[in-house]
Amino acid sequence: MNFLAKIYVTLKASVLDPQGTTVTHALHAQNFLSVSDVRVGKYMEVTLSAQSKEEAATLVRDMCDQLLTNPVIETYTFELTEAQS
Amino acid sequence: MKCAVIQFPGSNCDLDAVKAISQTVSQPVELIWHTATNLAAYDLIVVPGGFSYGDYLRAGAIARFAPVMREVEKAAQEGRYVLGICNGFQILTEAKLLPGALRRNESLQFRCEMAQLVVENNRTAFTDHYAVGEQIAIPIAHGEGNYYADERTLHQLQENGQIVFRYAKEHNPNGSVDDIAGIVNERGNVLGMMPHPERAVHSLLGSEDGVRLFSSILHVWGETHASIRS
Repeated sequence: MNFLAKIYVTLKASVLDPQGTTVTHALHAQNFLSVSDVRVGKYMEVTLSAQSKEEAATLVRDMCDQLLTNPVIETYTFELTEAQS
Repeated sequence: MKCAVIQFPGSNCDLDAVKAISQTVSQPVELIWHTATNLAAYDLIVVPGGFSYGDYLRAGAIARFAPVMREVEKAAQEGRYVLGICNGFQILTEAKLLPGALRRNESLQFRCEMAQLVVENNRTAFTDHYAVGEQIAIPIAHGEGNYYADERTLHQLQENGQIVFRYAKEHNPNGSVDDIAGIVNERGNVLGMMPHPERAVHSLLGSEDGVRLFSSILHVWGETHASIRS
């Protein structure tokens, strides 16, 4: 089966995000004063094949832990959907 | 002392490192492609600055898995000297040969300028010829040099004397935690630093303060090998 993983990588909450801070200030300058914080991250789409959704999830977690994120400063979430083959 | 300078696709300070070594300490030095699988012959391995693999994903994230990195890890375990400069420092943290990580500069600017560093520890093979507290001028050129380590790691670095270079007070160019510019591993044979000592080896370059980093390594290597021989 083919799966599509949508992976969202952000800096950990404890790590200062200078890009997010800059965007927050820019939004305030545009009068979006209701914005209290912005975090800028990365979005990746990974298409993979696996026997089951569980196996696909394990693979995606391994990819994230080994290469796609740096656990010292980053954290991630992902959504997994079955893709058309 | 045989020296190797690793070349990844995207390295751009490799030739500077080769020239710096041959001109400061006149030792044999070779460029080694990232697919190499044997570095047993080398006493000093330099992981140079640049933008390995285009810095795609994160600086150093892909280079860390290049075949040659297994050999760099082996050299580090065996106590041979490994020097990571700028992108090399980023690669060494990604490879877990050094703790922490490098983030985007706090200012979001790419900073290319002469930096003033303070030598915090001169009891390493890399800083033997400097004095503690000495201020030296070494250039920087990076967009992601903002060193980060969690509280516990920072405490360990401090306790073990692993913080080797700090940016001079009020002159931190990237927001690096504790003003850290360079650290060694616990054993002291792996140094990572964001500033470029290989670009500070002649008065024409604006500073000669990088020379003693290379002469320190040669000196300490020579002493170790003299004691092995005798």
